Amino acid sequence: MCETCGCNGSESGYILLKPAGADGQFSHTHHHEHNHKHTGNDDHHLSHGHSHDPNHMHDHGLDHQQEAGHMHDHGQDHQYDHMHDHGHDHQHDHIHDIPDTTVEQSRRIVVETDILHRNDLLAERNRGYFEGLGIVALNLVSSPGSGKTTILEKTIRDLSGQLIYVIEGDQQTTLDAQRIFSTGTPVIQVNTGNGCHLDAEMTNKAVKELNPQANSLLLIENVGNLVCPALFDLGEKYRVVIVSVTEGDDKPLKYPNMFQSSQICVINKTDLLPYVDFSMERFKNYALRVNPALFFIGLSATTGEGFENWIRWIQEQVGGNSER
Amino acid sequence: MHEFSVAQHIIEIALQSAKEHHVDHISSVEVEIGQAAGVVTEALEFAWESAVRDTALQNAALLIKEIPVSVVCRSCGMQYDPQEIFDLCPRCGDMNPDIIRGKELRVSAIIT
Repeated sequence: MCETCGCNGSESGYILLKPAGADGQFSHTHHHEHNHKHTGNDDHHLSHGHSHDPNHMHDHGLDHQQEAGHMHDHGQDHQYDHMHDHGHDHQHDHIHDIPDTTVEQSRRIVVETDILHRNDLLAERNRGYFEGLGIVALNLVSSPGSGKTTILEKTIRDLSGQLIYVIEGDQQTTLDAQRIFSTGTPVIQVNTGNGCHLDAEMTNKAVKELNPQANSLLLIENVGNLVCPALFDLGEKYRVVIVSVTEGDDKPLKYPNMFQSSQICVINKTDLLPYVDFSMERFKNYALRVNPALFFIGLSATTGEGFENWIRWIQEQVGGNSER
Repeated sequence: MHEFSVAQHIIEIALQSAKEHHVDHISSVEVEIGQAAGVVTEALEFAWESAVRDTALQNAALLIKEIPVSVVCRSCGMQYDPQEIFDLCPRCGDMNPDIIRGKELRVSAIIT
């Protein structure tokens, strides 16, 4: 159940929240995907074990000539319209001519469809929308605690002249979105509920709520998770994987899909390098093994060390876009 | 557990296909999962059990065919089947693999 409104969310249910008013309270828009429990077999061709012959016979148990909308001749003139009770029950014992499907031979129907086809199609629609408006969308992925939100806050501050929109993905809470909202940046929170990643549909709905202007920067903070978000294209221009030096330098080998599907790798918390067992060289070597084209930016969002490289890279993307 | 989303997508594709072919009943669904696709087959099987509940595929079996990984070294052109995705090229020792097989995530067929 949805904790905000009490409506019945489902396992695939997610909630969009956007700030209302200056107090930073998050209002709740309804974009739930409800799982329907079909008690009947409505809408489905499947699971019907029989079909109705249009000319099938009903055994009514009563002999009567009347049709459903039948008329009675009363021999009296009434001044008003009235209803008659029939005083008898119609017993509909249907005798169906049920074709025996068990004699039908098992058949193999070739499908050959990509499982993520629908997500990929919608992601391409998102991408086309972004391109048309000159919006640079970045999908920021990382494990929890890598410092994504702190990087986001500082990025917003350092790019003060740039129009920025943020989509915040989290399983629960609006804590991160509140941090972004306090910077004055338009933000939509997507609570994925039991979901462990954002997908193209959530992004699509969130973008419609945000209604970003042309030539803006859209920063999408995915759910903190180095596994699941790797599979789901949101329609972003670049996927940025953020790691911190406190996580260990073997992350690329443990989560190859995420490093393979990203174009940019931000290595955060470089100010802590003297205190942790993290070899920058070994990390890059591992990451390049799974993705030889990966581009690295090392920085510390706390001290600001190296942050200018990240800002410059974003400015190149946004600038390149608006010149077109 | 993105495997639950994957299972839901499989169900959707299978039901759509059944509708298009005017099929009343699906006994099993055949899928191909590449070993480098980022889906854990055991987790998918587990997710399938709960994802099919209250759908027309409630009793349908999920038949998973795992596709092993094969890569071509971009440096020397050697094709090899790595044990791990990040294994170096056995010929030139370079780390420049282009995955040519093993990323599949596909519904291949439905069986009535």
